[in-house]
Amino acid sequence: MTLSRLSLAAALLAASALAAPAQELRIALQSDPDTLDPDPNRSFVGRVVLAALCDKLVDITPELEIVPQLATGWSWSDDGRTLTMDLREGVTFHDGTPFDAEAAKWNIERSQTLDVSQRKTEIETIQRVEVVDPATLRLHLSTPDAALLAQFTDRAGMMISPTAARAAGEEFGRDPVCSGPFAFDSRVAQDRITLTRFDDYWNADAIHFDTVTYLPIPDTTVRLANLQSGDVDMIERLAATDLGQARAAPGISVETVTPLGYQGITFNLANGPGAEDNPWADDPRLRQALNLSIDRDALNQVVFDGVFAPAIQPFAPDSPWFDADWPVPDRDVEAARALLAEAGHPDGLPLEVQVPNSTEAGRVMQVVQSMAAEAGIEIELVSKEFATLLADQARGAFEASQIGWSGRIDPDGNLATFLHSEGGLNDSGFGSAEIDTQLAEARAATDPAARKEIYDAVQDVANAELPILYLYHRNWVYALDDDIEGFTPYPDGIIRLEGVRRSDG
Amino acid sequence: MLSFILRRLLIAIPTILLISVFVFTLQKLLPGDPILAMAGEERDPATIEFLREKYRLNDPIPVQYVTWVGNALTGDLGISLRTNQPVLELIGQKLPVTIQLATMAMIFALVIGIPAGILSAIRKGTLTDYVANVVALSGLSIPNFWLGIMLILLVSVKWQLLPASGYVPFGEDPLRSIQVMLMPAFVLGTALAATLMRHTRSAMLSVLTSDYVRTARAKGLSERRVILRHAFRNALTPIVTLSALLFGELIAGAVLTEQIFTVPGFGKLIVDAVFTRDYAVVQGIVLVTAVGFIIMNLLADVAYVLLNPRLRGQ
Repeated sequence: MTLSRLSLAAALLAASALAAPAQELRIALQSDPDTLDPDPNRSFVGRVVLAALCDKLVDITPELEIVPQLATGWSWSDDGRTLTMDLREGVTFHDGTPFDAEAAKWNIERSQTLDVSQRKTEIETIQRVEVVDPATLRLHLSTPDAALLAQFTDRAGMMISPTAARAAGEEFGRDPVCSGPFAFDSRVAQDRITLTRFDDYWNADAIHFDTVTYLPIPDTTVRLANLQSGDVDMIERLAATDLGQARAAPGISVETVTPLGYQGITFNLANGPGAEDNPWADDPRLRQALNLSIDRDALNQVVFDGVFAPAIQPFAPDSPWFDADWPVPDRDVEAARALLAEAGHPDGLPLEVQVPNSTEAGRVMQVVQSMAAEAGIEIELVSKEFATLLADQARGAFEASQIGWSGRIDPDGNLATFLHSEGGLNDSGFGSAEIDTQLAEARAATDPAARKEIYDAVQDVANAELPILYLYHRNWVYALDDDIEGFTPYPDGIIRLEGVRRSDG
Repeated sequence: MLSFILRRLLIAIPTILLISVFVFTLQKLLPGDPILAMAGEERDPATIEFLREKYRLNDPIPVQYVTWVGNALTGDLGISLRTNQPVLELIGQKLPVTIQLATMAMIFALVIGIPAGILSAIRKGTLTDYVANVVALSGLSIPNFWLGIMLILLVSVKWQLLPASGYVPFGEDPLRSIQVMLMPAFVLGTALAATLMRHTRSAMLSVLTSDYVRTARAKGLSERRVILRHAFRNALTPIVTLSALLFGELIAGAVLTEQIFTVPGFGKLIVDAVFTRDYAVVQGIVLVTAVGFIIMNLLADVAYVLLNPRLRGQ
């Protein structure tokens, strides 16, 4: 009896010595994600959580190259209308359902047909999905679409378990089942989302945590305080103005990366009431004058302590799609005044700009306002709560609007959405037959160099017309506890957990 | 007593209806479209139209209201546009959090406010009185968000004594749950303590000069007995009324406090819901808050009767 008790105790001791302590990673997010179903999902923080739950067909490198994830290889047909993908074998979803071409086909069709899907336009060129064999998927497109592959690096490429999704229906997002490195454990709205390690993950060696918890903490100061007090290991979107404090704090390191998107001012050129009797809509010289009156470097220094990057185009300077012909211009107040005079407004003229009621937008626009005033442009700022601003922008009840774009991996997503006459977010009402043609050509071209050339040409036209005046790129700023290592920031802002580990564990 | 409570509950029904009409209309007057606000950067036209139909946002407003009331009567408060969760379930998750915060804040308020009020009344004009008044006034004038952030920086970041924010359910780990809630409850409680202190002070002052207190003193009762048994008990009626009314302030204060300390309660839920025009959630919260307010006031009325026998039978 005593002996067996002893041996039991010894066995227990041995077991506890062998088992490493459970590793937990705690990440503070700026807001609470919406639904965790990749199809209807529409928030950035939702994508951050989904990235740990759901593998995508392809992923990106920090340099924006497309690399394998669930698809190990792919090839385009010569006419650019067929995309054949080789799928990773031996992958299972968290519920044990195998991932194969049938599952991938079901996923793509769900994204296209689910009532609440926000992915429909992203993959609208897919006409038919063909299962060649369990490890090969072929997509037949209605028109060539070079941007399609990049869509699969985000939610349109996330694969969910067909078994679980069929059973859960619309409720799927409340208990998502995918094939990523972590499986869904629990969620308390506005408090936390907990995921646990998926042991059968195909790339399990790269994962070094047993659980990961995402905590929405909206206030940036409080997010930083939580990191400093050791309650979280990592925070996203630290305010640029808190960067100095974070860098000076012991035990904290900071990572930044230029983003895919931009912030700017959108002019209403031809969208509803705001474009009528509006000199700003009629004469590009006025828009050029405002453009020349702004010192973007000074703006970046004054408002963001120089942490962000000045912008003159929809691509950040280190993006492969950045057009070197359009560097950030120097401020030229005299030239701005001359342009105003030439356009028949030698005494200047007013401009009403709607601004989201956030501290950042307010500060940015106050600086722009005082710079523009020196050139004779009197900017009147109309501060609006964000939902109102969006609605007014969509129905054209604005002269100009301070708004940004989170950016897309494929350049088409930063240009066509806003500059194509039928672009989904073309609230400016801008239309140029030349740009429409160029954008169609660029989609049809699969060679990146050829596409780059066309996009550069698009920018030449857009910069003459200036429907959007680009101001700055809001760099992604992360702060981490010093014992977290292996984290690489990506331009899409999504936190990837592969390779991230705790140094003392 | 029972018929009194029943009568009060019946009177509450039209009040609740009126509040719900008011909030429903106010919400619809707000500019901004819930579906656009929700879609953000992703505006798939077909999906947007589908969602408008699904959530019946294309119906005339009176029709939307009647539908809502009809569903609410069967216990269905609708579904959150933002998270897709049933509103009732969301409220079920959040209510215990805010109740815990409010209870702890109220304890802070009572424990600080009432003794301070009594003390400053019996020592009127002395240094104690002035100090208590200055502290109370600062409690009233220091904004919650400032005090909250200062406390986080001092207590959590500098001294590392308490967690900076968040929430642990009481049932999961009671000690930790109280620890996490200490700072938010303190911040929320201090503002109320100030109000309570001022009211206790003035109620005590008026009672202390009354005839029966003088009689009690003349009888040779100990000062302690005079103050606690004769004066304070009679001063309690207005304090109880105030405490019930403070419940409203507690909920309003919770909105700010929960935002700062990231406490996932009612306040945070309603702020997020208003910003995203999540109508069903706002409506549900207001309904539950209104009912809570009515219950608190009913309890206060019952408490009067218990405290003051002269009110019995009235």
